[in-house]
Amino acid sequence: MIKVNGNNVDFIKNETVSQLLKRMKYVFPNVVVKINGDLVKRTDFIDTIVLDKSEVSVIHMISGG
Amino acid sequence: MDTLKSEKIRMKLQKSSVGIAGAGGLGSNVAVSLARAGISRLVIVDFDSVEDSNLNRQYYFRDQIDMIKVEALKETIFRIDESIKVEVFNHRLKKDTMDRPFHNVDVIVEALDSADIKTLFIEEVMKKLPNIPVVGCSGVAGYGHSDRITTKKLGKLYMVYDEKAKDSSEDVLMAPRVILMANWQANIVLEILLGEDK
Repeated sequence: MIKVNGNNVDFIKNETVSQLLKRMKYVFPNVVVKINGDLVKRTDFIDTIVLDKSEVSVIHMISGG
Repeated sequence: MDTLKSEKIRMKLQKSSVGIAGAGGLGSNVAVSLARAGISRLVIVDFDSVEDSNLNRQYYFRDQIDMIKVEALKETIFRIDESIKVEVFNHRLKKDTMDRPFHNVDVIVEALDSADIKTLFIEEVMKKLPNIPVVGCSGVAGYGHSDRITTKKLGKLYMVYDEKAKDSSEDVLMAPRVILMANWQANIVLEILLGEDK
């Protein structure tokens, strides 16, 4: 089991951040992702594996300022 | 008024500095609120000039149209308090050097416009300046729905966040929500600098 934005989500072995975002239907192009407090850069999403019991936070950036 | 508390706050903020990336709807309003609160040094970066269309939500005035935004904002801050040190950079923040203006500040405010630049900025600054708290904002467009706004804290990143807001290209930008979220950011800055108000 992992946690995504506080919700329990099934753990899938060898799943990357990109695959997790797709599974969660987070389709926004601009997201800030932290796993267990560490920032994961967007360029690393395709080869960063989400380990079991990870706490994942996803914030999506919306234009306007 | 608690004069002891206000004196303690004054002493603390007199030694505090805040960096602000962007001087649009969020940044201009954050800067003015922090100036009024008594922050002694502000570092503000923006590349733009004041336009007529900015006046519905940004802290500029008709007689400042065509002025460089950071210069106009500096002028306004001096009208409030001449003693504030305002360092301005009139340039666009570019990938790989985005952290440069902000090495000597206590807190950084992300007040940028496009989602892409916001993300790049947060990624780069948090990586290069991991000890400096960053207060960002996402989801200002529209009006109403104040109760959807929350503070999301991820380590040293504080996001003023409405995940249900639309992209500004598909919605409107209006003073009440923009200024509400700007001041929400400024309020978090004070909390970071002063500790929780007990």
